[in-house]
Amino acid sequence: MSQAPVKHIRTPLALVRGRGAARSGTGHFWRQRLTAVANIPLTIAAIVIIVMLLGRNQAAAAQILGTPLVAIIMLLFIASITTHMRIGMQVIIEDYVHGEVAKLTLIMTNTFFCIAVALASAYGIFKLSFGV
Amino acid sequence: MADTKAPAARPLSPHLQIYRPMLTMMMSIVHRITGFGLYFGTLILAWWFLAAASGPNGYAKFEWFAGSIIGRLILFGYTWALIHHMLGGIRHLIWDTGHGFGPNEREWLAAANLIGSIAITVLLWIVGLLAMGGPR
Repeated sequence: MSQAPVKHIRTPLALVRGRGAARSGTGHFWRQRLTAVANIPLTIAAIVIIVMLLGRNQAAAAQILGTPLVAIIMLLFIASITTHMRIGMQVIIEDYVHGEVAKLTLIMTNTFFCIAVALASAYGIFKLSFGV
Repeated sequence: MADTKAPAARPLSPHLQIYRPMLTMMMSIVHRITGFGLYFGTLILAWWFLAAASGPNGYAKFEWFAGSIIGRLILFGYTWALIHHMLGGIRHLIWDTGHGFGPNEREWLAAANLIGSIAITVLLWIVGLLAMGGPR
């Protein structure tokens, strides 16, 4: 590493503090933990709901999925897992894809995919809840 | 020094292939692989919500997939990946508090993660198949 000429009096540590490899500090680290904690009760609740719906026909499944409590749990579940998986996949991309163009393209695709899955699922749940 | 173009070719740290496989290391790799699989598995979840919202015909298509042999295999794998990743996540949260790093603790945590995920997955499928009125 070549030493850049000093044009300011800030120490090198001050320049890098709070900035990780992604140039955005610990935001992702913290949100990954936050959603990980949220995922545990939400996943257990989602599994219970799914087991309850097994073997039921569409009318029964639609009715149960549209009840407020079940719909809200499923919306929270979707929001939490898609946030969590977006960060997780970005870490994988950053670990293995080193070309700048490929990396940025994949990180953008990752964001699009996660938002699309989240909104498609939410659309289904809202439609079941409001019958639109 | 300032006109140096390319960084010197420095030795890289040794990577995975030089290490003897260990349980904790394999579990770390599996945690990432299950997360990767769960990512794409959310497509099935989104399909299920949209199928339920679309009406009896759309739901019948999903049920046909979920009931087929390949569908069952995918969903069984998805269940295991989900439980395994969740237990692995709990292990990571324990580590975040600074606990569970001892030589014995990390071994039994890894073993409990693996045994627990298989046991819970099998149990869930037994409960699920019973809820559906037996294997069909």
